[in-house]
Amino acid sequence: MNEHLLSMRDLTAEDVAKVLDVAGSFREVGTRVIKKVPALRGRTVVNLFLENSTRTRISFELAAKRLSADVINFSAGGSSVAKGESLKDTALTLQAMGADAIVIRHSSSGSPLQLTRWVDAHVLNAGDGTHEHPTQALLDLYTMRENLGRLEGLRVAILGDVLHSRVARSLSFGLVTMGAEVTLVGPPTLIPPEAPAWGVQVAYDLESVLAKLDVCYVLRVQRERQRLEYFPSVREYARLFGLTRARVGLLPEGALIMHPGPMNRGVEIDSDVADLPSSVIEEQVTNGIAIRMALLYLLLGAGEKGTP
Amino acid sequence: MSARVMEPDDVRRAVTRIAHEIIERDRGVERVVLVGIADRGDDLARRLAEEIERIEGVRIPVGVLDITFYRDDIGLRAEAPEVHETRIGFDVSGKTVVLVDDVLYTGRTIRSAMDALIDLGRPYTIRLAVLVDRGHRELPIKADFVGKNVPTSRADDVRVLVREVDGEDGVVVEPAHEARSADGGIGRSA
Repeated sequence: MNEHLLSMRDLTAEDVAKVLDVAGSFREVGTRVIKKVPALRGRTVVNLFLENSTRTRISFELAAKRLSADVINFSAGGSSVAKGESLKDTALTLQAMGADAIVIRHSSSGSPLQLTRWVDAHVLNAGDGTHEHPTQALLDLYTMRENLGRLEGLRVAILGDVLHSRVARSLSFGLVTMGAEVTLVGPPTLIPPEAPAWGVQVAYDLESVLAKLDVCYVLRVQRERQRLEYFPSVREYARLFGLTRARVGLLPEGALIMHPGPMNRGVEIDSDVADLPSSVIEEQVTNGIAIRMALLYLLLGAGEKGTP
Repeated sequence: MSARVMEPDDVRRAVTRIAHEIIERDRGVERVVLVGIADRGDDLARRLAEEIERIEGVRIPVGVLDITFYRDDIGLRAEAPEVHETRIGFDVSGKTVVLVDDVLYTGRTIRSAMDALIDLGRPYTIRLAVLVDRGHRELPIKADFVGKNVPTSRADDVRVLVREVDGEDGVVVEPAHEARSADGGIGRSA
């Protein structure tokens, strides 16, 4: 493992497999009456969330607490950031307080990398701008492997607003690393032009790809990142690219439906589709805690460079 | 030269004797369960359960315990210690839990195992069975059932082989100057 977790592109297939294996053990811890182990006693994990997030922050907080680490939550509103403190000064303050790991979410792509230049702590990227969201990708890979038994050769469509989606980027990189076949599907305005260079296919017609999928991964329509010109209306988007009951009928038996949450029911995914047995959206959330425990354990459980 | 201190037959006899001792100690196996410490301790635990079934005609529950998250050296090695799986499909509360491990050395693994076990419930008693006791304890821990006491130097490498993992049973001691680099757990030598 590397010292930080910044991008799925930094992880080899072996690294990914190790994280997923360790996460499996933490899944078991999550089923116990006492869902807590003393592995990271005395370590301090800072959640530095400078962009709104509920589920990722809570998931990281729970993961750190289940490892017995001390957790400090730091968010933009009501903190020194609201008073105009720069990211660098915030980082140096956290460093001075003895943070062992900093989990950062930030609206600027590349800010986790910048953070590593200022602090000694391990840095975990919890989503940076439109760049990457590696822990989401890892929990998705875990969920696919648990349900389908493998990643190599899986046929996965990532559907929707790929352009603004750090989840789509991280997941594409991770799936390609693990030998899966990825197809990005969406309106041409929402597929990044450089996508073919990621090693993925691109399709603009959802119906044409559904029949040969193992996983249909639905992205959230990110209205907050979007100016209106990407598609004419939400209704038209839903009509052309929404995962409806009828379209689910075209998926092969046993294919999974996934979504990183939070969902816009009735836009990118129909409400009753989200609640089908083949939809593993809640499982993704549960697995997220185990994946984040595994990452914190692997990063913080290793000693200083040069220890035996 | 590495020395083989137990042959396959010695391992078989030791397992049979320990099985008898476990039964004798509790005058039966009504509330006895076996929990092997991963890895290799779990193979020995299954072997003991088979012997106990052969002798008493009772199938007793066997679980596997991974102690990694309870170790006292997390963060002290270059890599985070390797993680195994915990699989204990029964409640340990009120049971006589016999912890099973391959080698008893510093005692730190057993300390971790007791903490891990007590997080899963409140056993009536915890006992300890090991195939090899090599001495050099760093904690006040003693085994209840021992296959063989093997005097060693701290620098020796003691390896228990089990047929499930290594293809054959046996115990091998490699003297200090030949011992390979550290790969394993506390309590396991390097």
